[in-house]
Parts: sequence; structure tokens; C-alpha cells
Amino acid sequence: MSIITGTYRLKVGFAEMLKGGVIMDVTTPEQAKIAEDAGAVAVMALERVPADIRKEGGVARMADPEIILRIMDAVTIPVMAKVRIGHFVEAQILEELGVDFIDESEVLTPADEENHIDKHKFKIPFVCGARNLGEALRRIAEGAALIRTKGEAGTGNVVEAVRHMRLIMRQIKELTTKNSEELFAEAKRLGAPYELVRWVAEHGRLPVPNFAAGGIATPADAALMMQLGAEAVFVGSGIFKSSDPERRAKAIVEAVAYYDNPKVLARVSRGLGEPMKGIDISKLKEEELLQVRGW
Amino acid sequence: MEKRYKIGILALQGDYERHYKALESIGVFPIYVKLPEELKDIDGLVIPGGESPTMIRLIDRYGLRDPLVQLYEQKVPFFGTCAGAILLASEVETMPQDYSLGFINMRIERNAYGRQRESFEGDVEIAWKGESYLFTGIFIRAPQIVDVGPEVEVIGKLVSSGEPVLVRQGHVLAATFHPELVDDRFVEQIFLEMVEEYATQR
Repeated sequence: MSIITGTYRLKVGFAEMLKGGVIMDVTTPEQAKIAEDAGAVAVMALERVPADIRKEGGVARMADPEIILRIMDAVTIPVMAKVRIGHFVEAQILEELGVDFIDESEVLTPADEENHIDKHKFKIPFVCGARNLGEALRRIAEGAALIRTKGEAGTGNVVEAVRHMRLIMRQIKELTTKNSEELFAEAKRLGAPYELVRWVAEHGRLPVPNFAAGGIATPADAALMMQLGAEAVFVGSGIFKSSDPERRAKAIVEAVAYYDNPKVLARVSRGLGEPMKGIDISKLKEEELLQVRGW
Repeated sequence: MEKRYKIGILALQGDYERHYKALESIGVFPIYVKLPEELKDIDGLVIPGGESPTMIRLIDRYGLRDPLVQLYEQKVPFFGTCAGAILLASEVETMPQDYSLGFINMRIERNAYGRQRESFEGDVEIAWKGESYLFTGIFIRAPQIVDVGPEVEVIGKLVSSGEPVLVRQGHVLAATFHPELVDDRFVEQIFLEMVEEYATQR
């Protein structure tokens, strides 16, 4: 009797297991341990968190495999890592290392301005960012097993993630009201494959889980994204750029599990110390925006 | 089922929604449980797949451990998949004793088959009420049952290796795979039969 690996069902199934959880950006094994002890469902192994990438500038690339391997050794929960948009060789390297999930991420400097990675070619699942439904469905067509909002990473400002989540949810709802003739025009308008557009119209949701990311800094931010329809939350710079990462990490885990319970939210939000400073996104120049990377 | 049973799904983290849909499709309307008071009058409890470290921490932080033990002692049936199976085990390799609830006398090892790259689909042979049934097992960073006590009944075996993947001890059922991720409701039906059986005994 044979055993098969790398199926799409295994990839999406794994994304399902992360639901209701928090995925935390970490740069050292010590931070990874703090994240695991706080109850994170996975960590994202990075060389620099988005806030530092933003500050330092230059080309941001896949992390040094040495750092990723050390983080994989430090924890028992899944480990994710980022590759540049279109950089399929970085992805091949991460697959070889045995990373559990690859984030083809706009936070790193894109390697290809026209093409994303053909994610069907890999055995391990990919997550991709999206600002709207068309973008989400294009990534799913390429093989993404999980979608997250792009938000605006490294800002500690949730406004863009809210915008992206609201838009995606609204566009999904709108599709469910269309009749079969209209769906062809919708596919053209969204720039997404007709089959996926029809699937979303019939089911009223994305065919893969839909998480939030980009600018989440507080337990309230995390619960806000959950109430808007996110099924789990990525927290990047928000934890380890705050004054008390350990407590904040725990508080955000509880806020995501009990996102619909204001009593819990009020309790876990108390006395967390300074959150990350944050940036007013309207003050950023167009070329400083990360969310416009990818198409 | 004739009578309407109240089935809870522990919804602290994981694929609780998939379990909800699976049960809904066979006419059961479960409720999500996150707080101790929500466990009242429950006829059966599902512990979903997900990350066991996250779940056990929240179980303890929100005072759920004692009420869960009470339910177990009242012979309320439990059904755990993957992380849920880990939490039901009496012993989890390399983890402290209080890492799990200990409702099934077995030793289990987390992520025993490897990382996500090694996650697999494989046939499971289920023996239930004298009949044999072939089921598609979805194993995601799955745990492995290393050893079972004499009171544990092995209901399902991985065909490729013969190892136990679906086990039962009295009113507690555990799968190291994810029946909730496929369209076949055979395993949930076993759980519902247990719910029915124990409800009449209580």
C-alpha cells in the first residue's frame, strides 16, 4: 500500500491546523522559544523583522539557512520562512532545509517583477499576501495553500490590513450575488481564473484559509482582524519590537483564541508596556510601501 | 440518531470549523466550547487538530483541565484527532506528565514522521463491529502511537506499516490522522455510536 506526500489537500489541511492561532516573526532561537512558550502555532524565521528591513533599506533576501536551521532546532512547532517574490531557487533551498511553510513575501525585495513562483512544483505549502480578491485568487491559481492580507508590514499600523480584509470579504460577498453569466465578466474584471471565481461564488469563501498580516501590534488589533473574518493572525515586528515581548506574545495568543469575548480582551490588554512605536502610513512615500510589490 | 445529543468542539485553536462541518453534514449541530461553563450538559466532546502546545496552555490558563477530567469521569465520550489525540494520551514522548489529559493509556510521539514535507496520505484499515473498512488517512505532521496499554482497542491501522492510528479506550476515541478533512464520515459515525451508547448508561 502506497503513501503519498505533497498533495494540495495536505498543504491546505496543514493551513487549517493553524487556524485560531498566532504566527510570530522571530530572528533568534531564544525568540522562537519565547514564541512557542507563549502559545504561538508557528514561527516565521527571519534575519531581520520588517520594521528593521524598512529602517535599514537595501535588498532584503531569504534569511541565512544557518539562522533558519537553528530556529528549527529550537522549537517543536512549525517553522516558516520567507522568499522573495518570484525567487524559486530560494524556495528550493527552503524546501531542502525542511521548512514547514514558505511565505512568498512582499516584505523582501522582489526577484521577479512579472512572475510569482509556480507553487504547484513544491511539496511544501506556500502562503502569499493579497490586497484584494483578484490578487488572492491569482496566488491560489499558482498553488498558494494559504492567503494572508498584505497590510503594511513593519509599521505597527493595522489600517492597511483592515482595508485589505474588508475588501476581500466584500468582494467575496458580492460574487455570491452574481448569476452565472455575470461570473465570466467578474473573472475578467478581477483578473482571476474563471473556475476559482465560480468556486468562490458558490461557496462564499476562499478555497484556502484566509489569515491577517501586516501592522498588527496589540491584542485588540489581532481580535479586530479575527472579527473582520481572518482565521488566524501573523504578527511581525509587533511582538519583539515592544517593551515586553513575552507578555505581549501571550496576550495576543489569548486575544486570538477569545477574539469574540471583550471580557478576556480587556483583561489581556492591561499593563502590557509600550507597544512598537508605529508609523503613520499616509506619511510614507509611494516607493516606501511594501504592499504594492507583486500584482 | 433519534435523540438530539449536545456535542461540544473544543475551539481554542485548530481545525475546529472542519469538525463542525463534518458533524453538521451528518445531522449533528455541535457547539464550540472555550470556557468551563460551556462544558455543561455535554454528551460528547471533540478535540480538534492543531498545535497541542497552544491548546494545552490555553486549557490550563482558562481553567478547563478540571472540568474536562470531570466530564471524563462522568463517562462522557471524547474524540481527538492529531493534536487532540496527543492531549488524550497518558504519556507524550519528551514532554512532562501534565502536557496531556491522560484519558487513553498510550505513549505517543509528536511529529514522529517528520516535518510538513513528510506529511502524507495513506490507507487506513478500520475494524469496527466485525467489519473491515478502508479509509483515506490524512496525516499532517502527525503524531505516532508508540505503545498502547492492554485496555486499549486498536480500531484502525495504517495499511503500509500495520501501526495503530485509530484507538479507543472505553468512551475515548483518538485518531492520529484527520477524518474531518475528507468527505467520508465513517469515523464520526463511530464516535456518535459511542455517544449514544454512553448516554443511555449515564
